[in-house]
Amino acid sequence: MIAYIARRLVTLIPILLLISVVSFVVIELPPGDWVTFQIENLRMSGVELGQDEADRLTRQYGLDKPLHERYLRWMENMIIYGNLGWSFQWNRPVNDLLSERIPLTMAISVASLLLSWAIAIPIGIYSATHQYSVWDYIFTFIGFIGLATPGFLVALVLAWFIFTTTGFSPLGLFSSQYVDAPWSIEKFLDMLKHLILPLFIIGLGSTGTTIRVMRANLLDELKKQYVVTARAKGLSEVKLLLKYPVRMAINPIISTVGWVLPGLVSGEVLVSIVLSIQTTGPLLLRAVLAQDMYLAGSIVMILSTLTVIGTLLSDILLAAMDPRIRYGGVKK
Amino acid sequence: MTSTSTNDKLIEVRDLRTYFYLYEGIVKAVDGVSFQIRQGRSLGVIGESGCGKSVTAQSIMRIAPEPPAKHVGGEILLHLGPNNNSEVIDMLKLDPRGQRIRALRWKEISMIFQEPMTSFSPLFTIGNQIGEAIELHLPGLSKKQVRERTIDLLGRVGIPQPKRLIDSYPHQLSGGMRQRAMIAMALSCNPRLLIADEPTTALDVTIEAQILELIANLQREFNMALMYISHDLAVVSEMSDEIMVMYLGLVMEQAETGEIFDNPLHPYTQALWRSIPRIEGGQDRLAPISGALPNPYNLPKGCPFYSRCEHRMPGLCDAVRPPMIEVSPNHKVSCFLYKTEP
Repeated sequence: MIAYIARRLVTLIPILLLISVVSFVVIELPPGDWVTFQIENLRMSGVELGQDEADRLTRQYGLDKPLHERYLRWMENMIIYGNLGWSFQWNRPVNDLLSERIPLTMAISVASLLLSWAIAIPIGIYSATHQYSVWDYIFTFIGFIGLATPGFLVALVLAWFIFTTTGFSPLGLFSSQYVDAPWSIEKFLDMLKHLILPLFIIGLGSTGTTIRVMRANLLDELKKQYVVTARAKGLSEVKLLLKYPVRMAINPIISTVGWVLPGLVSGEVLVSIVLSIQTTGPLLLRAVLAQDMYLAGSIVMILSTLTVIGTLLSDILLAAMDPRIRYGGVKK
Repeated sequence: MTSTSTNDKLIEVRDLRTYFYLYEGIVKAVDGVSFQIRQGRSLGVIGESGCGKSVTAQSIMRIAPEPPAKHVGGEILLHLGPNNNSEVIDMLKLDPRGQRIRALRWKEISMIFQEPMTSFSPLFTIGNQIGEAIELHLPGLSKKQVRERTIDLLGRVGIPQPKRLIDSYPHQLSGGMRQRAMIAMALSCNPRLLIADEPTTALDVTIEAQILELIANLQREFNMALMYISHDLAVVSEMSDEIMVMYLGLVMEQAETGEIFDNPLHPYTQALWRSIPRIEGGQDRLAPISGALPNPYNLPKGCPFYSRCEHRMPGLCDAVRPPMIEVSPNHKVSCFLYKTEP
């Protein structure tokens, strides 16, 4: 097992290098750069910039250097100093911008993932064991609504509904009186109150999917011979259900942890914008629009790295759960 | 029938009817089956696929999926106690998820299934899954005792190095080894009746012979009753004291093994016998049974074998279902060609 993890970690290195190249190039691909974006903005507001001025700006931001040179400098800073570069748009280091947002984003996302599992897995189990019962149909109906309704729409409707009925504004992370206040119990409780809605909405989107996946997998497993064996042995229904088919049916959900992790950090962009929560999602969107290349590149890089790490994590989890994966199918 | 003071009847099935209520209609998988198995004896159940032999076995343990299955009639009487006379339980009256039936399963009646590849869960070691049954039905044993008992069982079913293989996962064992482990699990709580539902169908012929010999030896050793289900006539004749021939949910004929092979009465049994190749026979072609199985959703009113029978009597066989009659002691047949002994 340890050898397996070590082997997987070593293979990560070339993948991560490749990812860094791709992230950098992808951000460079659209025509123009930060300076042309600025010049365009100025022209819109009626200020014409001369060619000299434009060249000076390009030199100042280091955008006159060839692509590979800028990439190497970016990598050098990243690997040696852990410095992800400078955000033109915010005029601040990328590290500062991200460190403000990533913890919050991760917290919201992990919590909403756990919430959606806590809701979806029991419902999926119930639906599969009571197939075609009234509650199965009800859960299926709700699940499909959850699947089909865009999160931002739910966010808009619920935010409006909560505000009109209770007068509490669930937008943002803090009520206005706490925004600049030092940390206190009240501020923390206020934050929790603001977090319920985004947790619920972000969790809801994946809950529908997870219910369907869990139900379909479990239905497959329930037909397997080993379930009948366990029943014939005299195990109680609940015990045999949890020990045998549920353990098998949950595998595909675990293997999706890998894809969920980057989604966690990019957050639900639209939901975050609607509820004006400062997660990394809206940050990435603005950075890409403004061609703020180091910021955008860094976020893409972090997301891709998380995808790779997430995949590794789910592989390790699966190996821990399923002996057939652990032993690689090879008889010793 | 027997005049001994102790009752040697272990299980009596009377007029069992198990129907499947499906979307497409009702399938009368078992439609009035009666038999009994005595202590230490073996009953072979033979028939084509879909004749209800597996459903009969599942009904005895109440593991037929309910719904869609429903036991619409009959009794399955299990005689409990050392002399089979302390208590009689009707398995069909118990709650299939209840405490009582769970205590009887595996302890009194255990089962070997057709598919050794899937009858163990791939996620747990075979030792874990066998030990689970022991812990459930023989409470009071320590973890160490359970493990020792499992190792002993694995050794007895011919698994080499049981001390090592107890910790192996099902996918690490071959099909034959897995079926041996399954047999070890079936014997783990000293059941009084072992149901073997085509246990060798998925195995190759050399392994099949070993497994059959193993089951026969263990049956004697543990003094178990055996219900052996197969479509393979040679295997059933090898394994059973008595044979029951089923066709579309009904018993066609039932007799001692020697008697039914020497003197088959029912046209279906005769046709089955003719379809076995014989070493000493000539170069004749095998005689297949003409026609096909009737639609299971819409069985004929009379004898289900009517459309394929060589001796059919229109007006009689297709109108009334022939009753089961005992033409000679312990030889029963369901056919209008025969009359009860005067």
